[in-house]
Amino acid sequence: MESIFSFISEHQLMIYLVILMVFVGIELIEKVPSVLHTPLMSGANAIHGVVIIGAIIITKEADSVYALVLGTIAVVLGTLNVVGGFVVTDRMLEMFKKKK
Amino acid sequence: MNLFKIETTDFSFNLLQVIYLVGSVSFMVGLKMLSKPESARKGNLIAAFGMIIAIFGTIFLYGNDSGDEGVEIDKTINYLCIVGGIIVGTIIGAMMAKKVKMTGMPQMVSFFNGMGGACAMIISLVEFDKLLERINSPGGNFKIMFEGFESDMTDLGIIFLGLIIGGISFAGSMVAFGKLEEKLKDITLPGQQFINIGLLISILTISGFATAGYIENPNVVFLVLALSLLYGVLFVFPIGGADMPVVISLLNSFTGVAAAMGGFLYGNKVMLIGGILVGSAGTLLTVVMCKAMNRSLLNVLIGNFGGGSKGESKEITGSIKEITKSDAAVLMKYSKKVVIVPGYGLAVAQAQHVCHELEQILEDEGVEVKYAIHPVAGRMPGHMNVLLAESNVSYDKLIEMDEINPEFKTTDVVLIVGANDVVNPAAKNDPASPIFGMPILDVEDAAHTIVMKRSMKAGYAGIENELFYKPKNSMLFGDAKKTLADLVSELKSLG
Repeated sequence: MESIFSFISEHQLMIYLVILMVFVGIELIEKVPSVLHTPLMSGANAIHGVVIIGAIIITKEADSVYALVLGTIAVVLGTLNVVGGFVVTDRMLEMFKKKK
Repeated sequence: MNLFKIETTDFSFNLLQVIYLVGSVSFMVGLKMLSKPESARKGNLIAAFGMIIAIFGTIFLYGNDSGDEGVEIDKTINYLCIVGGIIVGTIIGAMMAKKVKMTGMPQMVSFFNGMGGACAMIISLVEFDKLLERINSPGGNFKIMFEGFESDMTDLGIIFLGLIIGGISFAGSMVAFGKLEEKLKDITLPGQQFINIGLLISILTISGFATAGYIENPNVVFLVLALSLLYGVLFVFPIGGADMPVVISLLNSFTGVAAAMGGFLYGNKVMLIGGILVGSAGTLLTVVMCKAMNRSLLNVLIGNFGGGSKGESKEITGSIKEITKSDAAVLMKYSKKVVIVPGYGLAVAQAQHVCHELEQILEDEGVEVKYAIHPVAGRMPGHMNVLLAESNVSYDKLIEMDEINPEFKTTDVVLIVGANDVVNPAAKNDPASPIFGMPILDVEDAAHTIVMKRSMKAGYAGIENELFYKPKNSMLFGDAKKTLADLVSELKSLG
């Protein structure tokens, strides 16, 4: 039990962030018209491509071939997620031209 | 000289934090703007901008203070790998995203989502390796090495979570991709639910024990990886294609959580914020989609929609009647109000442009034309909206189900273009039907319904549609695009 408390106390800022972000995420999406469900899903998909930062970090710190090869693969995959995600979303939204 | 170096690294560290802050805020602003039609495109660009500065900041500024003990490590190869990887990924990603047709959007999203999951998975593998190196004294084993390494234990737990969630998301997304491409069929093993639950429990138990230091073989990480991938495959396999949007959305939020694990590991706030935002927004979106189908998430995940209960539905008797294109054209021309119900068939046939043309001709004749959008029409929520927006249909003509349903009573003709399950009355009156309980468009209330279909084949849920046999209904067989084009020319010749 004590170790759990100390864990929470040690990481409290991160934990606060997680909880706040859960609420922000819910708040941001709550009143979305169904028109935008697909682009929104796609846009969110692109945003979690932020995982690429982890891939860059491991590649930058890599000191073995194993880490370097895996890191590079991870960078490629992460980039696919980011670039593909944003481009697909933009293509979808491009079609929502304003018509007056 | 040394003093100067420390100063610059401090500066780059601080600058990187500012960049991450801007990046995080841009994600929130971007997501917010994405939820309104007027600002959505700008929102996407803002989020992309935040992503780009976070990526370049990490490449050039991250951890530049690690070699400050006088040892300069040559990082040229590492930089080459990163930049090369980004270039390769950008080219492939942009090409795939540019080339994909609107009908292929859902599987494309699923594919990119899987890539993110795989990325998180690999990060965990490498970090596991580093963790081993860091704390493993020669001859030491897993159990012993954890004494006095509580913070490493936390890291290990996070690494496992990233691995498991990333692995499930990757494997699941790939299966979802394959299913939507119609390269994979729905397969249910006997006792599938028990296998899945057992698998999930063993994954959690094994990684839990390993984290607590009870498993001494470091290869456990590969075992957990293999089991997670297997679970991802088995988890998505039995879920019917009609439910894929829900699954993709769920896997999307999984990848978000996996990315957040990386944020925890590196104390990196932009990863944490981006990941958790998507995790929570994605979960909510998933629930909203389930609600639109009037089912619970659990029911979607274990209900085997489109499988299992096939054949138990009641027999449909009666005959269908066909209508000629010219009769259909006349019928619509002299109507007051026509409602078009688009479905996946419209997307497959790429018939959205000619559909818009039909709408305009009818409008010119003084017919009121509206589109009835069922929340799950197509293969993704909002699929029809995106598709019709592509062909310049103004979005105030796209009416959502709850709003349009009362209007069917005053509608003369309902034209159903490639939709099936969303107008199937079995959802209302046949408790044995797998889609029972799903809200549908009440097209039966209209004076006439015309169903445009390629054949009498059942819809995606694999069930017969009673509507086709109703006396008020007529069938118009053929490819949606060609048939609509023929209708347009019929209408034109009628003058």
